[in-house]
Parts: sequence; C-alpha cells; structure tokens
Amino acid sequence: MTRSFVNIINEWDIVAARQLCREFAKELGFGIVDQARITTAVSELARNIFLYANQGIIIVEKIEKDGSVGLIIIAEDHGPGIGNLAKAMEDGYSTSGGLGAGLPGVKRLMDDFSIDSEVGKGTVIKTAKWLR
Amino acid sequence: MDFQESLLWKYKDILTKYLAVQSEQTLYLTQKLSKEILENHIPPEEVINLHKSVLNELIPEVPSEVLVSFDILLEIMMSYGLAYLEHQSLRYKQMELEMELEFGANMQKMLLGSAIPKYDYLDIGAISIPAKIMNGDYFHFDIDSDQELKVAIADVIGKGIPAALCMSMIKYAVDSLSYSKHNSPEVVLERLNRIVEKNVDLGIFITMFYGSYNPKQHVIQYASAGHEPGFFYNKKENSFVDLQAKGLLLGIDPHVTYPKFEISLEIGDMIILLSDGVTETRTEDGFLEREMIIDLLNKYMHLSAQEIVNNIYRDLSKIQHYQIRDDFTMIIMRRLV
Repeated sequence: MTRSFVNIINEWDIVAARQLCREFAKELGFGIVDQARITTAVSELARNIFLYANQGIIIVEKIEKDGSVGLIIIAEDHGPGIGNLAKAMEDGYSTSGGLGAGLPGVKRLMDDFSIDSEVGKGTVIKTAKWLR
Repeated sequence: MDFQESLLWKYKDILTKYLAVQSEQTLYLTQKLSKEILENHIPPEEVINLHKSVLNELIPEVPSEVLVSFDILLEIMMSYGLAYLEHQSLRYKQMELEMELEFGANMQKMLLGSAIPKYDYLDIGAISIPAKIMNGDYFHFDIDSDQELKVAIADVIGKGIPAALCMSMIKYAVDSLSYSKHNSPEVVLERLNRIVEKNVDLGIFITMFYGSYNPKQHVIQYASAGHEPGFFYNKKENSFVDLQAKGLLLGIDPHVTYPKFEISLEIGDMIILLSDGVTETRTEDGFLEREMIIDLLNKYMHLSAQEIVNNIYRDLSKIQHYQIRDDFTMIIMRRLV
C-alpha cells in the first residue's frame, strides 16, 4: 500500500478520508497522537473541499527521503479557488468564527505544507508528515 | 533528561500518589506541572495520550473500554491544541505590532517635539500626553524674525493613528508659516485652513489656537479655529476669564476668515491654553466643570508654570484612575517682568 485515494462528494466521504488516512498512518508506524493530527488535517482539507468546491479528491501516499519515511496528503479540487492566499493562510482569518483549524491549523499539524490555487480553476494542497 | 522524559516521570509519580490518596497536595503539584507543560509548549492531545499510557502502565488490568474512551477526549483536545497554538502565534504578532506602534510613536514624538522655550520675561510651562500611544494633540513654540513668540495648540478631532498622522502634516505647515513676521494669527489660521481642507479627507477636523506674543509691549494677539477656549488670569483682580475667540474648525470651509483678538498682560498675568482632553476629563459625577480647572489653577498658582501643568495633569489623571480617555495638552504662559 503506497497510494490510496477517496473522492469527496458528500459529507460521509470526509469520514472515509479520515479512516483511510488514519489507517495509512498507523501502518506506517505513526503514534496515536500523530495519527490524530494527520486525521484532523485530512478532515479539515476534505471539509474545505466539501464546503467550497463541492467535490474533489484526497490522496494519501507513502514518501521516502534520505532514509526517512512519511506520508503526503494531496487535496485537489476544481472549485472556485482561493483569491487571497495570504489571507487564507493568516491566523484568525478562517477561524474567526471559532470553528475548525483552517489552513494555518493544517500547516501546524503537519511538517511540510504547500498550496497552489487559481481563481476559477481550483486548488491543490500538499502536506506531509515524517516519522520521527 | 529532556522535558518529555521528566514529564513522563513526574506524571507517573503524581498519578501514582493520587490513585493511592486523593490529596490536595498532589493536585497542587499537578497545577505546578501544568505550568511547566504550557511553558514547554506541549499540546493538550499529547497530555491525554500521556495520561492514557501512564494509566495503562499503572493499572494493567484497566478495562479496554476506559482506555478507548480517551480517543474521544484526544479528538476533542485536537481543536483546543490548535486554538492554543493559534493564540500563541497571534500573541507574537500582537507583540510585533505593538513594537511597530512604539517605533511610530517615538518617530512622532521626534517629529512633533517642540522645545519649551525659556525667557526672562515669560514663564512657560507645557505638557502633552497621548491617551493611547500616538498623540492627536500638538503644541508649538517658535520665534519669528521680529522676536515675537508664536504659540500654537491644536487638537485633531479623532484619536489614534489617523489623528497622529494628520498632526505631523499640520506641524510642518505651522513651522513654515510661523517664521514670517507678516503672518499674524488670523492669517496663519486662514492658510492652515486651506491646507487642511485640501489635504485631509472628509471627516477629519482640526481645532487650533494660534497666538503671537510681543515681548516689548506684552500683548498677545490670537485667533482660534474652534479650539477649546483657554483662560486669562488677571493677577490684580485675581480673576479668571475665558479667552473668547470665535472661528470655524480647520478643514471645513476653504473661504472662512478668522477674527483677531488681543490681550495685554501685566506682571503676574497668565494665559492658559488647553485641549478638550483637559476639560472633558470624566469624573465619577460626569464631566469635569471648567470651574474645577480654575480651582486647580488657584491651588498650584504659587508654583512655576511647568509645575502647575504637571500637577494639574497628575491630579486629573488620578481622578480618571490613570486612564485618560483623550489626549491631554495644557500650556501656561505667565508674564514675569
């Protein structure tokens, strides 16, 4: 198992994405707290797809670099895109209602984070976590 | 031993003790440990996990349902952990902003700073304290080419950064207008009025009192653009009268003209200028009465002009529990010889 995915179409798919990534992390040897962190990040990304892009995909992949092992989550959609990325990555912006972790939260939960978004085309977020 | 290790050890110790005897002392130790945990930026989900594994170690026969129940707690605590990290990063950001404001305020102090001049014919005292970090009040002393002393006191309607930025512009306009002896007070206000009207957005207005003191005749000529009236103290009669002057605020109508007034000062007479931050001091029974300022002036009359303004500021800020609500500026000029 090096690569799996879940299509996000309805709210239950968020649960499927969580389940998939938690199992994936567990198998790679992540501890229970890191499993919870990865799952929370996936949950957030899947929920963003469900709420703002209607549909998209969550991919989880095993990665290796310089002898380290980890996983990467790719969240991809063809939704409206994010106009102001700086704002979306700002603390307190997406969480001002006190809900959710927002993209800064995802970034904090994981080790590496990158985002590409184009208005009218969609968004690709890649985020990785390494086994310590 | 790194913190994670010592935390595990301490947690195990505390939990062992508490399972044996539920004492307040152990809870106190826990409270102290929680501070260490926070200092070391350990997120709450990690603490839940620590508790779960220590519990399992201390009580191997603990029912699996109990252990599993911590998964729910851990999931809940994820959000608290994120909120905590966000709070920390926002606090850091706030500190950065405060530092930047501090730089701005220092820069403003430098830009607006006007030395309080010393003469043997006039005892001058002045104080200007911002309510927040930046000051929307301003005072200015200058000597023109005819050796007349020019004095200005101004107040931007509004507080904070916009008011402060606006004041910096006014300062340079006043500086360039003050030096010429041809610019009598009403002319200075008329020119400033046009500058403000042209350069400042709607919604920002400035009040200003501008005076020119002739040290040979001891006469002060002045004009006011809607500024809080000051006082004139007549020593012979030991009386205070309002420094009446009528005029529209700066920045409303570019064609407005200002009437000029004048007063002669005898030895011991005083001119007292203030901003509305002084008169709008809030007391427990509402706003301060102008009579109360007169009472304070009488109380400190025997002191130097600078000591009078310092003492009045101290007394009025004390009434407001040291949290003044508006920028506070006061100038006193007393004829000495």
